[in-house]
Amino acid sequence: MAIPVTYNLRNLVVRRTTTIMTALGIGLTVAVLLAILALVGGLRSSLQASGNPLQVLVLRKGSNAELSSAVTPANFQDMKFKSGIARSSSGQPMASLEMVSVINLASVDAPQGINVTLRGISPLGIEMRDSLKLIAGRWFQAGRREVVVGESIQKRFPAARIGQHLHFGRGDWDVVGIMSAGTGATNSEIFGDLNQVSSDFQRPDALSSVLLRATDPVAAKALINDIAGDQRLNLDAMSELDYYQAQTNSGIVIEYLGIFVSIIMGVGSSFAAMNTMYAAVARRAQEIGTLRVLGFSRGSILFSFFVESILLAALGGIVGCLLVLPLNGVTTGIGNFVTFSEIDFNFRVTPQIMALGVVFAMVLGALGGLFPASSASRKEILTALRGV
Amino acid sequence: MLRFLPFVLKNSWRNRRRTTLTIVSISVSLCLLGVLMAIYYAFYFTDATPSQALRLVVRNKISLAVPMPVSYRDKLRQIPGVREVAPYQWFGGVYKDRRDPKNMFPRFAVEPDKILTIRGEMQVPEEQKKAFIQERTACMVGKTLADKLNLHLGDRIPLQGDIFPVNLEFTLRAIYDAPENNEVLYFNLEYLDQALGQKRWGQIGTFYILADRPESVPRIAQAVDDEFHNSPVQTKTESERAFQLGFLSFLGNVKMILLSICAAVTFTILLVSANTIAMSIRERVREVGVLKTLGFTRGTILTLILGEAVAIATIGGALGVVLASFLCRVVQQGPAFSDDLKHLSIQPPVVLTCLIVAAIIGLISAFIPAWNASRISIVEALRSTE
Repeated sequence: MAIPVTYNLRNLVVRRTTTIMTALGIGLTVAVLLAILALVGGLRSSLQASGNPLQVLVLRKGSNAELSSAVTPANFQDMKFKSGIARSSSGQPMASLEMVSVINLASVDAPQGINVTLRGISPLGIEMRDSLKLIAGRWFQAGRREVVVGESIQKRFPAARIGQHLHFGRGDWDVVGIMSAGTGATNSEIFGDLNQVSSDFQRPDALSSVLLRATDPVAAKALINDIAGDQRLNLDAMSELDYYQAQTNSGIVIEYLGIFVSIIMGVGSSFAAMNTMYAAVARRAQEIGTLRVLGFSRGSILFSFFVESILLAALGGIVGCLLVLPLNGVTTGIGNFVTFSEIDFNFRVTPQIMALGVVFAMVLGALGGLFPASSASRKEILTALRGV
Repeated sequence: MLRFLPFVLKNSWRNRRRTTLTIVSISVSLCLLGVLMAIYYAFYFTDATPSQALRLVVRNKISLAVPMPVSYRDKLRQIPGVREVAPYQWFGGVYKDRRDPKNMFPRFAVEPDKILTIRGEMQVPEEQKKAFIQERTACMVGKTLADKLNLHLGDRIPLQGDIFPVNLEFTLRAIYDAPENNEVLYFNLEYLDQALGQKRWGQIGTFYILADRPESVPRIAQAVDDEFHNSPVQTKTESERAFQLGFLSFLGNVKMILLSICAAVTFTILLVSANTIAMSIRERVREVGVLKTLGFTRGTILTLILGEAVAIATIGGALGVVLASFLCRVVQQGPAFSDDLKHLSIQPPVVLTCLIVAAIIGLISAFIPAWNASRISIVEALRSTE
């Protein structure tokens, strides 16, 4: 017969201070793990939100980033009328020639400047980004030195507000609007008129990339093969989704660091849990003896103490979740080695991550509880009853 | 006070299992703290090596990813205090399989004779030097890298271009040994230029400058940036050390991540230690009563208990430092991501900080239970049933 779980719960309540301290120790370990997972999760979701599975990104062969790619306007004309490309509302092929560069902007928390992606783009290119919305001001006008900045750029850089000027390329640019792409990477970009930007950077013939929208997933595949196989173009095509997926690598260093730290901290806290459980077993020797006299088997005592340790740790896991919850939605930036600029995103503390944290805590509790529980179950009835 | 030391040690070793668990728990956490502090120390407190202190890096002010005209070199050379200027072009590219992290090492296109002057600390046999300078398709790699990839003189090394639309193949002609940056491949800039042919662009990613004296480094940096202040392409010049740290800050707020993890770890150790000390004192209340009847004063009892906590925590701390130095070896084996991590070791200041942190944690964690125990009345203590 099993010992009721309420017995364990009540025991945890009776030894309040010890319970709270042990749980808090495990909680902090879980919090570190969760904070890092929330950071990496936020980065992933931001990059995932940036790609559309129907869209195809075309780069120079051998290049794996827009920044190191080169596409000529002639290439673009050749590509525009390939089959399988969707048409816009006005009947044009949905194909956007774009130029990407990196500029350095100084901000309050980084006076030496932070790298930001600048994109020269046409109105059609903006239309192709479904999730992109203008949240203040207006779009830039063709032929003018005007830019629209992403939401998080606007938050981080005092100079990037409507009515202000940004200095890059060959002079000043007026900020005329603010755009938002939900959680997407475009939030950390600056958009300007393609012709203006490319002439400013003296690259009218060496643009960066072409974005195409296919009519359906099958056409997207065919389009990718068609462009990659076209000898004249010497270009490579990939799904936009895959392109952004590959950039999540930037988070890997931090993810490894986080896992490494949590495992070591986990070892420390499972030893602490073991300590607490040994003390509990020693203190309750007489109780254990009584339980045995009442007819509970060794197995059920082992199980009971094991469960108590897991309960204690689960409590710690919940504390850990509560500790990181305030991080949810906090914006942070991380360098992206593909775009060579910073991408801003929010920490995401999702239910899955929290569940993972509680499970991690319970594993720590199980590891810490196993030996004390088995020592409890091995106690002889007489010595246990007599024991101090 | 010291005459109580054996008593303190005996007491702390009484419940062996608990003491061992506490010490292990503290040492594991402190080992982590030690490694993190070592990383922090390596990044932010280590001075530039003597050869590093003489070098500056010039790049386009906009970004490292945007090149500048190669013609700037002549003007750079005329700045007083500049001994040598070496163009450095990041090639990127893919070596064999991109997915294997072992294959990710920096590759630079350089002028062979200049690189050998500027990086004077590199040890290269004379005939290898000559071969590297004379042969257009020659390349030179660091010894650590050569060992890792099992490369030997005369091997062919193909690189597939990504930033540059060319594929190059080098012959390994020289292997250098240097205290730092020992996992880099250098090859001839001229080879890259010829391969690019008409697409050759007259642009360069960075210039490295060798100064005559460490003291002139800040002045040269200022002079270079002033020189190009009114040019269409402005420059940013900084010491090599500052340049490396700038690259690091690109990974995100490394300082803050390290410090917040350190804080969480410290607090966890504090909890663990406080918990155990509280448990062990609670069991010993009756003994405190006995000590009091024997005439021990309140202050002595407080010191005895605090001494025990500090002893346990410090032993844990010392073990932690030893563990940390092993862990540093593991970190050293990681991918060639930052040169500072390649030489990660526990420096004396880090050892000292770890031990002090451990002792303070012992002190703080024991204070409240010790205070309560020392104030309990004799009768109450003796009556205690725990």
